[in-house]
Amino acid sequence: MSLMSEVGQKAFNLGIPIAVHMDVTYRCNERCVHCYLDHDDHGEMTTSEIKDVLDQLAEAGVFFITFSGGEVFMRRDFFEILEYARRLMFNVKIKTNAVMIHEAEAKRIRELGVDTIQISVYSHRPEVHDAITKLPNSLERTVKSIRFLREQGLRVTIANVLMNGNASDHAGVQALAAELGAQYTLDPTITPMMDGDTSVLALRIPGEDLKDIFHNPALVGNQEDFCAPPKPPSADDLESYSCSAGHSFCYISPYGDVFPCVQFPLPTGNVRTQKFLDIWNFSPQMNEVRSIQAKDLTVCSSCSHVGSCSRCPGLAYMEGSMRGPSTADCEKSFYRTGVPTANMVKHGLSKPRTTVPLVQIRPVAVPA
Amino acid sequence: MPEDCIYIARSSAIAARALAGEMMVMNSVDSTFFTLNEVATTIFQAADGRTPLQDIVRERVCEQFDIDPEQAQADAKEFVTELSSHGILLVSNQPMSGQGTSNAGSVAETP
Repeated sequence: MSLMSEVGQKAFNLGIPIAVHMDVTYRCNERCVHCYLDHDDHGEMTTSEIKDVLDQLAEAGVFFITFSGGEVFMRRDFFEILEYARRLMFNVKIKTNAVMIHEAEAKRIRELGVDTIQISVYSHRPEVHDAITKLPNSLERTVKSIRFLREQGLRVTIANVLMNGNASDHAGVQALAAELGAQYTLDPTITPMMDGDTSVLALRIPGEDLKDIFHNPALVGNQEDFCAPPKPPSADDLESYSCSAGHSFCYISPYGDVFPCVQFPLPTGNVRTQKFLDIWNFSPQMNEVRSIQAKDLTVCSSCSHVGSCSRCPGLAYMEGSMRGPSTADCEKSFYRTGVPTANMVKHGLSKPRTTVPLVQIRPVAVPA
Repeated sequence: MPEDCIYIARSSAIAARALAGEMMVMNSVDSTFFTLNEVATTIFQAADGRTPLQDIVRERVCEQFDIDPEQAQADAKEFVTELSSHGILLVSNQPMSGQGTSNAGSVAETP
């Protein structure tokens, strides 16, 4: 186990929130077709509110902070926030479309010691990328910004969300990343909108196409290992937890709402009215999330994939129960290995369901 | 390393946080990651650029940890050399103003 994994495991076991994802705004200069956010400003936290939260997060032991949005640079105070975070010695990552980053901004980001900048690129073809972002010339501007960042010696990761419309372009984006000296990461997950609108899920690439992606060594590395049938679950597998959400990670919205994860819209408290550590330690919702082990999962506990599934409890929550299955992850497990999941067997399906009514989405409470 | 006074300061290009008695430190330039034990953490937290290393070792390390002073000084120099080679600590024969000071209160202990 690497040192980083050891430290992560220690934080998990101690229940220390070592990592936080904070969206500083939902406003954005792009309108990506798959985006799950409402881009209007319903009263985002002020500069001093965010600084106070950062003080509390440092006190709570948070080490890794990812700033995202919306588009972070839509906030005029973003560099002030960044500087404050670095003064508190957070390891800082930024997620951005980079459209607003020019030479001066790239230099400042480097001076502030930001660890990594993750930038979404949907295609190497401008007509496809710009059609997804709905911002003309956005690919050209993003690529130019990546070059500025790389010239400063900054680490850049290109995040390639796959959906209908760009599914065949991942090789082109991967090549573009190599040319720019950036890392490449791919994700076929499309998240339902926060307000409950499920129309974006129609953008998910068909499961049959997922199979090709999962069997592409250029994308998954050791394809034999990645696609191997699941091993029989062990006692340890059933005692394990789905992920770090609520254990060593959480999400804070621009309005101060604390969720177990950005993809897990269960409100556990709000830092505008409560101390962060009080929410982290005493929120009944947070404590319920962190109590759930694999053996408590209503369907998945009997699934052969229980030890290896990427099951997202947030997506499961959105489908009706945080102890239930996530059909998006059923799909991934099935098309990765060819082995049906317990959820599929339960419903007599030869293929995973791709559309499930969502019952748990609640609009984010707007501060008065 | 010369026997003259050595001053140490935390680099501004690092991230650091205490976790269960150990210090996690990461260099943002190359992502090298360290954990420091209690003694090393004490030296690291005291690296304000103004206090000579020998004073840090004598007043903070030897007193707190009951370590042989001569061994402690030698170990500290070795530790400082290694961390400075990774860009975690700055080392100088002169006091360094404005280094390591603004972060001192921010390297929070975990509850």
